[in-house]
Amino acid sequence: MSTTTVGGPRETGPRGTGSHRTGTHRTGPRRAGSRGAGGDRGKRWHRSLQGVSFVLPNFLGFGLLTLGPVVALFYLSFTNWNVFGTARWVGLDNFTRLARDASFHRALLNTLYYSALHIPLTLALSLALALLLDRGLRGAAFFRTAAFFPYVTSIVAIAIAWNLLFSKDAGPVNQVLGLFGVDDPPGWTASSDWAMPAVILVGVWREMGYYMLLFLAGLQTVPPELHEAARIDGAGAWQRFRNVTLPCLRPTTFFVTVMLTIGSFKVFDLILVMTNGGPGQSTLVLSQYIYQKGLVENRFGYASAVSVVLFGLCMAVTAVQFAVNRRRED
Amino acid sequence: MTVPRTTPEPTAPPPARRRARPGRIAGHAVLVVAAAALLLPFFWMVSSSLKADNAVFAIPVSWFPDSPRWANYAEIWRVSDLLGWLKNTVFLSVVVTALQLLTGSFAAYGFAKARFPGRNLLFVLYIGTIAVPWQAYMIPQFILMSEVGLTDTPWAVIALQAFGAFGVFLMRQYYATIPDELCEAARVDGLSEYGIYLRIVLPLSVPALASLALLTFVTTWNDYLGPLIYLRDPDLWTVQLGLKSFVSEYNAEHALIMTGSVLSVLPVAVVFLLGQRYFVQGIATSGMKG
Repeated sequence: MSTTTVGGPRETGPRGTGSHRTGTHRTGPRRAGSRGAGGDRGKRWHRSLQGVSFVLPNFLGFGLLTLGPVVALFYLSFTNWNVFGTARWVGLDNFTRLARDASFHRALLNTLYYSALHIPLTLALSLALALLLDRGLRGAAFFRTAAFFPYVTSIVAIAIAWNLLFSKDAGPVNQVLGLFGVDDPPGWTASSDWAMPAVILVGVWREMGYYMLLFLAGLQTVPPELHEAARIDGAGAWQRFRNVTLPCLRPTTFFVTVMLTIGSFKVFDLILVMTNGGPGQSTLVLSQYIYQKGLVENRFGYASAVSVVLFGLCMAVTAVQFAVNRRRED
Repeated sequence: MTVPRTTPEPTAPPPARRRARPGRIAGHAVLVVAAAALLLPFFWMVSSSLKADNAVFAIPVSWFPDSPRWANYAEIWRVSDLLGWLKNTVFLSVVVTALQLLTGSFAAYGFAKARFPGRNLLFVLYIGTIAVPWQAYMIPQFILMSEVGLTDTPWAVIALQAFGAFGVFLMRQYYATIPDELCEAARVDGLSEYGIYLRIVLPLSVPALASLALLTFVTTWNDYLGPLIYLRDPDLWTVQLGLKSFVSEYNAEHALIMTGSVLSVLPVAVVFLLGQRYFVQGIATSGMKG
């Protein structure tokens, strides 16, 4: 996510496979003086053209399917385009209507509710697990695989399985809760109070391993001698964590927080399969509202206005995170 | 780029860690509990798929089927179009992965090793879109696809997934670790940029290509929203769409639903277990500063 430097990262420690330092790629002996002054400009121009040609194939697809739609979105949000008519400019009409739209309010609040719990929980758990694994415990390799597995399995299968696990009466989750003396376990996805916590639980369970891997990779960059030095200075485990590990992890933490935030704001497919926004509107989120208005009711203009809000939300939070990160680095 | 250690080295722990301290025992205990919590749902999925329908919700909960009913695994092909769904999904995943590898690694070279005016600005645009959720521009995209008549064809989903910024980003991060001197030396020797890409950079980046291939394949295989929006015709359905419709249709046949779920996860599980090292490396690469 960093856009500041265009150089290699700091190399630390031994490399795994794929090390490029095999040394077998010795190009031929350098011909001295091959960089004459003549024709240099032409040559450079030629190189530039070659450079552009590398980017072009991907950029055609990317520009047409990603950049174009992002730009078009803002225009659409000021129109009342639906599937039958043509786009008519209606100014801020969609947005004033959104301001009065109770379902939209609900979706916005639910998105924030999901994010407010999902982000800190996932962050804390994935960091804790990464720290635990980094201590070289036995079975760490197996655990790393196990933790990452939910993230690579399909949301549909996961949502279906968890829905059955969460069944109200004979579901395994409630039976286990019963063993611990919970007499009146919640109905989870069937209850408007507990549906969102159920979804958040599954979301955290699914993504924890992925962010744990990112943190693990970040922990590799913490120089062990710093820890040693702190230990010699008599710093306890907590002090070492606060003053050595956390500062070294800052780039990783920043990246993880940004990714987690965007991921939480756009949550959709998990909810679509688990609760379909229900019961009532208790788990309706922004993405689903966009889908409903735009692709079910074909109100493209109105759905685009909701999209602009989602877009703005992501941009605003990311910008704040960038600013905070920059201030900390100074 | 740093790669996570693939195995902890039990042979030579630093002296400070040699004794089994209470902290380490607690650490292991936490790991065991966490691993159980992470894997139990999958275990239950498999175990339920081998039960009779009425035994899935037994009280008290039974973790093991009494006598495994393998018949479920024969039945599922008969009552659903699972084979067709799998074929569609394999086709989509393979085509998307191939395109993503080709265009992604090609473009990444342009961003990492070639020089042209506006290069960095363009790359910032790419990075910027990673921060824009796809759900925010799916409506304009859908209109575009409708206009060109791609909706209800597999090509819509392919176009959607094949040119993602993530692939370019991941490959560029990796290429940044290849020393520029290598390319410079080749330029001095008169190799064209294409030559440098083909003969030097590409051979060095096989692990990164493997990571990108696996990540893309799994992402496409698991995608639910893209197919949901663009593939209305049941003949085009992917495993995810099929499974979802199957649940609505056979909502009381829990064992069979779990059988379908297991079979939809199985190919990905195999790919993941075979290539987990590349998954881990790919994730690590995407998180590093470049």
